[in-house]
Amino acid sequence: MEHTSTLERVLRGLAIALIVTFFMFPIIWIVLMSFQTNETILRSPPSIVFAPTLSNYVALITGKLESAAGTLDIAFMRNLGNSVLLSTASVALALVLGVPAAYAFARHKFRGSEDIAFTLLSFRFAPPLLVLLPLALYFQDIGLANTYIGLIWVYQLICLPLILWIVRGYFEDISADVEYAYRIAGHSWFATFRKIALPLAGPGIAAAGLLAFIFAWNNFVFALVLASADKQPVTVGALAFVTASGIQYGQIAAAIVLSIAPTLALALYAQRYLVEGLSLGAVKG
Amino acid sequence: MTAADIAAPRRRFRIGARALPYLLSLPALLVCIAILIPFGTAIYYSLQRFRLSQPWARQMNWGENYLNLFTDPAFWNTVQVSLTYAALTVGLELCLGLGIALLLQKRTRLNNFVSIMLLLPLMTAPALAALMWKLMTNPNFGVLSWLASLMGFPDFRWASSPDTALLTVVLVDIWVYTPFIMILLLAGLRSLPTQPFEAAALDGVPRSFVFWRITLPMLTPYILTASLFRLLDSIQQFDIIYAMTQGGPGDTLLVFQVEAYLNFFQSTNVGRSAALMIILWAITYVLSSIFIKNWLRLRERARGEA
Repeated sequence: MEHTSTLERVLRGLAIALIVTFFMFPIIWIVLMSFQTNETILRSPPSIVFAPTLSNYVALITGKLESAAGTLDIAFMRNLGNSVLLSTASVALALVLGVPAAYAFARHKFRGSEDIAFTLLSFRFAPPLLVLLPLALYFQDIGLANTYIGLIWVYQLICLPLILWIVRGYFEDISADVEYAYRIAGHSWFATFRKIALPLAGPGIAAAGLLAFIFAWNNFVFALVLASADKQPVTVGALAFVTASGIQYGQIAAAIVLSIAPTLALALYAQRYLVEGLSLGAVKG
Repeated sequence: MTAADIAAPRRRFRIGARALPYLLSLPALLVCIAILIPFGTAIYYSLQRFRLSQPWARQMNWGENYLNLFTDPAFWNTVQVSLTYAALTVGLELCLGLGIALLLQKRTRLNNFVSIMLLLPLMTAPALAALMWKLMTNPNFGVLSWLASLMGFPDFRWASSPDTALLTVVLVDIWVYTPFIMILLLAGLRSLPTQPFEAAALDGVPRSFVFWRITLPMLTPYILTASLFRLLDSIQQFDIIYAMTQGGPGDTLLVFQVEAYLNFFQSTNVGRSAALMIILWAITYVLSSIFIKNWLRLRERARGEA
């Protein structure tokens, strides 16, 4: 298989270079843009030579935007805080609900177990607005509209199926004999779960949690429908940002960079588990 | 086999062991039921004449919303746009993803590095990805508008022109989701047994023959799972299209979910919006049952190797 011609190697190299350019260019370009003022952004032709400035980030972080027309308040840091809060709390709740259920589905065949597991899985594929639009009306009635609790609950639609199906796979990989031996030694069911099953499935649970965090962070439509400005995460906040008057292009770019940086960092950290997570446990990387 | 079958040493365990799995899955089950309620409500709304702006006129009209949809050219436009979008994105992403996976198949340091780099677009929130491309295609300073003018299209307006809006959102979708197909197919390619390929190399079988007769058939379960997965998401695409153009210009990009969203919040026609969602749900239900069958087969295979 090693007899590749020089021409083929050059073509392969060229193809890979093209691919990397296409997929990396937008991220690099936006990062570059976030360090520029409007004057350098609006130059034609565009150039990558410029004096970098941190003013866009300073404006976002302090929330004060100085412009010719006066000072403008921007609440982007609040969006960022909302994203952190919503994603963290949703994943925590999904772990508390999902891990025991995953264990039950992996270890016990009981009546309706597969039905429940598949119903939960089907949430992943149902159109989100199907549930969200009636929920928007219900939430008005029961006072959950525009609350963190309401949002965290709805976020379970993304986090719970993911955690349940990935963690279930990890529990299934653990031989039941280990747990059986521990039970025979006279330990309770709960001790077995806590001391044997949980630590053995630990890496899988952590990976599922990280992935669920990424997907919760990247979600857009839930908060768009159910939250108003003060509870919105970055995905929705950034969109409002684009249409707001007086915002400079560099600041939009900086907001995008701040919004995608956490998930990209987590993805690089957890890349070993991504294949398994993205396929909900069907393909191993 | 399972822990439930283990004879409990004491009596108190026996009672616990029966109820235990139910107790463990109860919280997840409750969330499950709580979600089924709005689903039922959506069906109910879809059979009603229900506008938020005219609450007094609310009444059951049974299938009228559906009948109205089926005779409305706007609905057929939605169907057509959604299907075109799904077919274009999944088709192009599959070809590109398969190509890239084949390029990166060998486990070299460079290939692994590239495949990790390609994960970054996939982990970018689709709504934010659309904003990134919106900045790059801005007519005043967008680098892509400048590139288009260099290539002889001085007035290429990307998402703001009805002629190129679909192309622009499809491009963003390809940027975000091609890595998804690539990474699943790469994992599939690398997990294939090596013997058939070695045998073919020994016999001097041409490489195109190896690809069509060995690689592709063996990769089929992965290709099916990855593309059905993408098809399910793509036919419901909302984030990219809404963030890019909110369905415009005109009705060029009014896919199912965007149309339902606008019906609900702009024309406040809850009944029509719910009917649209039920139709979309029926489509995804059929697709997802095919998907789950394939997905389960792959999952069993992966678990079997463990």
